[in-house]
Amino acid sequence: MADDGVNKGRRRFLVAATTVIGAVGAVSVAVPFLSSWQPSARARAAGAPVKADISKLEPGQRMVVEWRGRPVWILDRSTEMIQRTKALSADRLADPDSSKPQQPDYAQGPLRSIRPEIGVFIGICTHLGCSPLFRPEPNAEGVGVDDWPGGFFCPCHGSRFDLAGRVFRNVPAPLNLEVPPYYFESDAVIVVGASEDEEAA
Amino acid sequence: MRKSLFALCLALLPVTGLAAGGGDAHLRDMTPDLHDKASLQNGMKLFVNYCMGCHSLEHQRFSRAAEDLEIPRELVEEHLIFADDHAFNDQMSNAMNSEEGAAWFGAAPPDLTLVTRLRGVDWVYSYLLGFYRDPQRPTGVNNTVFPLVAMPNVLEPLQGVQRQVCSDAEHEGGSECHLELVREGSMSPDEFERAMFDLTNFLAYVGEPSRLKAEALAPKVLIFLFVFAIVAYLLKREYWRDVH
Amino acid sequence: MGNPNKPKAQRGVMRWVDERFPATQLWQDHVSRYYAPRNFNFWYFFGSLALLVLVNQILTGIWLTMSYTPTAEDAFASVEYIMRDVEWGWLIRYLHTTGASAFFVVIYLHMFRGLLYGSYKAPRELVWVFGMAIYLALMAEAFMGYLLPWGQMSYWGAQVITSLFSAIPAIGPGLAEWIRGDYLVTGITLNRFFALHVVALPIVILALVVLHIVALHEVGSNNPDGIEIKDKTDADGKPLDGIPFHPYYTVKDLVGVAVFLFVFCVVVFYFPEGGGYFIEKPNFEPADPLQTPDHIAPVWYFTPFYAILRGVTFSIFGLEAKFLGVVCMGLAIGLLFVLPWLDRSPVRSMRYKGWISRVMLGLFVVCFSVLGVLGVLPSTETRTTIAQVCTLGYFAYFLLMPFYTRLEKTRPVPERVTD
Repeated sequence: MADDGVNKGRRRFLVAATTVIGAVGAVSVAVPFLSSWQPSARARAAGAPVKADISKLEPGQRMVVEWRGRPVWILDRSTEMIQRTKALSADRLADPDSSKPQQPDYAQGPLRSIRPEIGVFIGICTHLGCSPLFRPEPNAEGVGVDDWPGGFFCPCHGSRFDLAGRVFRNVPAPLNLEVPPYYFESDAVIVVGASEDEEAA
Repeated sequence: MRKSLFALCLALLPVTGLAAGGGDAHLRDMTPDLHDKASLQNGMKLFVNYCMGCHSLEHQRFSRAAEDLEIPRELVEEHLIFADDHAFNDQMSNAMNSEEGAAWFGAAPPDLTLVTRLRGVDWVYSYLLGFYRDPQRPTGVNNTVFPLVAMPNVLEPLQGVQRQVCSDAEHEGGSECHLELVREGSMSPDEFERAMFDLTNFLAYVGEPSRLKAEALAPKVLIFLFVFAIVAYLLKREYWRDVH
Repeated sequence: MGNPNKPKAQRGVMRWVDERFPATQLWQDHVSRYYAPRNFNFWYFFGSLALLVLVNQILTGIWLTMSYTPTAEDAFASVEYIMRDVEWGWLIRYLHTTGASAFFVVIYLHMFRGLLYGSYKAPRELVWVFGMAIYLALMAEAFMGYLLPWGQMSYWGAQVITSLFSAIPAIGPGLAEWIRGDYLVTGITLNRFFALHVVALPIVILALVVLHIVALHEVGSNNPDGIEIKDKTDADGKPLDGIPFHPYYTVKDLVGVAVFLFVFCVVVFYFPEGGGYFIEKPNFEPADPLQTPDHIAPVWYFTPFYAILRGVTFSIFGLEAKFLGVVCMGLAIGLLFVLPWLDRSPVRSMRYKGWISRVMLGLFVVCFSVLGVLGVLPSTETRTTIAQVCTLGYFAYFLLMPFYTRLEKTRPVPERVTD
């Protein structure tokens, strides 16, 4: 057990080498354990894009599909509805030009859609997560305002959105309704949950 | 009940042989080649066309097979997914429920996801090649490794019809039998064996889709551990100079 | 108030901690100033390796629990879900299944070391008894864990083992039903085995491991020569033949860990089924209460005891064979607990014991191994006879020990450890 003759430098080097290699090993072992928390293939399959046939959807009608457990509204806006929406005064809306990132780049502007007539929105109020009611007709009752241009009304806390999902001023909801990524596979089929460029991958 | 369970525990059911009950056939050797993507793709095509009417792969997703077997999504959706209720990400289940299956065939067609791990690839390969004509069976066929099998030979259009020929002379291990082709199918015997290799190969893949990943990762892990062992050994030797 | 002279760090964070928690003291007592004999050989790797495997089982087990579903309907599918859909799930599961077998490999070698060098003898009786308790808890843990995949072998293995309890006279039948919570093994059994496997038994095992190590560090480690290193100390009271566990045995065990992990990973990555012994083939078929697989055998680490159970085919004193079988199996494990009091030899290590002890230990190892092999094979008349002979050998090792260890001539024990 004599301490003489100990090559301190060699000892220090070997301790450092073992520590470094051991640390690399520990980190490598952590990788599979941490990656296994990623959504599994089942979760990804359940959250995969959904297709909807919109050929039967008539102007003024709305259909609901489920994507990742949430309702997605597909709304066929009539020419008259589009005019009403466009005519809406900008100072009644919180974010009239949809500048906040609540929609993909290809769905900006006042109508927040790829095609003017087809609006796609996640039907969850941006306030506290209720699903607003569809009140498309002008001056509908029970929406709490007199000159109602048609849109969505949340029964939970009275938030109001127009037919492009834009939130009105002076309601609890802070943001416009979210537009999910979507694209048109054909004239009649819409794919919700992916953008056209991602889907190719 | 309890008595019989206990008897079972003591007796350990001294039955050898295969699940089907004492098939004494020699199994053909089959070594899967999971790197042969063309073979696996062909196997998947055969499975979907000939087997999936009755048998499911309820733990295997189309999408996972497409990724591992390098089949583009469009091809899978066009040529390999038939049922309307199947999406690309779904498991390869089928519509036939087990009661219908039991009623039609006398036994429900089993799920085949793990068949190669349960019975082994040799067995599956031999089974696929082992159908022969037997007029006494309701299906008209019997099988060398699975006697009295309930399944008809759905591959007959490809394989043709075989019959079993047994020599009369008693050898040491009983009379020897072999199969010979009496009516040709659309494939030659070599082509058919190759096709059954592909099908078995595909089922071997399905049994353990992680196998290739494991074997790709293994050398890296082992080299790392080897290096670590050497450094650890040098460290140990350095410290133990104090002791010796 | 604690020990006023306890070692404390001079300054800094550790000083602050040491004034509130004996961190430095614990480190010194159990690691840096725990003096272990300097002549540990190959057999002394398996204690720390057992700890390593335990950590592996706990970590991978926690992760498997995240994706496993403990119901009769979904358990089998959830295992395949882990194997396929969960990222890296296959690796985590194989680490766990291979780890279970590795645990027993390591533990059996660790126990053999104890037999070889008399590590169970005074004053280390409690170290041994705690160790045996760990072994027993581990068997329960492994058995219950084996039910969870809900394959054919899981199911029928559990069916058979729970039926063992019905062999106990009078209370047996009720006891078996009480354990299963049903007339057969069902989802109810699965649920309770799951709870015991993932919560209760791991806590018990961890606690026992702490007791095992505390007891060991109280009396100090034995060594291949079986002599007390504490008897010869230097002026400071340090054993002349002792070296601090850290750094000497930490760096040495690190080499053992690396080699072990290499072998372990070869199995995990290339042979996870362990030739059908680590994951048995019938377990790739979901449990079917109506059909027993053609050949059922327990997992390899239980087979020696299983062979003893099966080997008892006769009744004595009017007791049924099935009851005697269970008794023999219980006794085979129970005798290990009282081993410290069976060995009357004046020396500890096999190095200095007489030839009878050596022969008997050899006989024991042969009998245990043969029983292990027989346990996986279907029984025949010849095999049953061999199993009976080996059972006799197994018991002879223990029951004759008080006599042969006292009678035989031992060799002189050295004063200091030999290299």
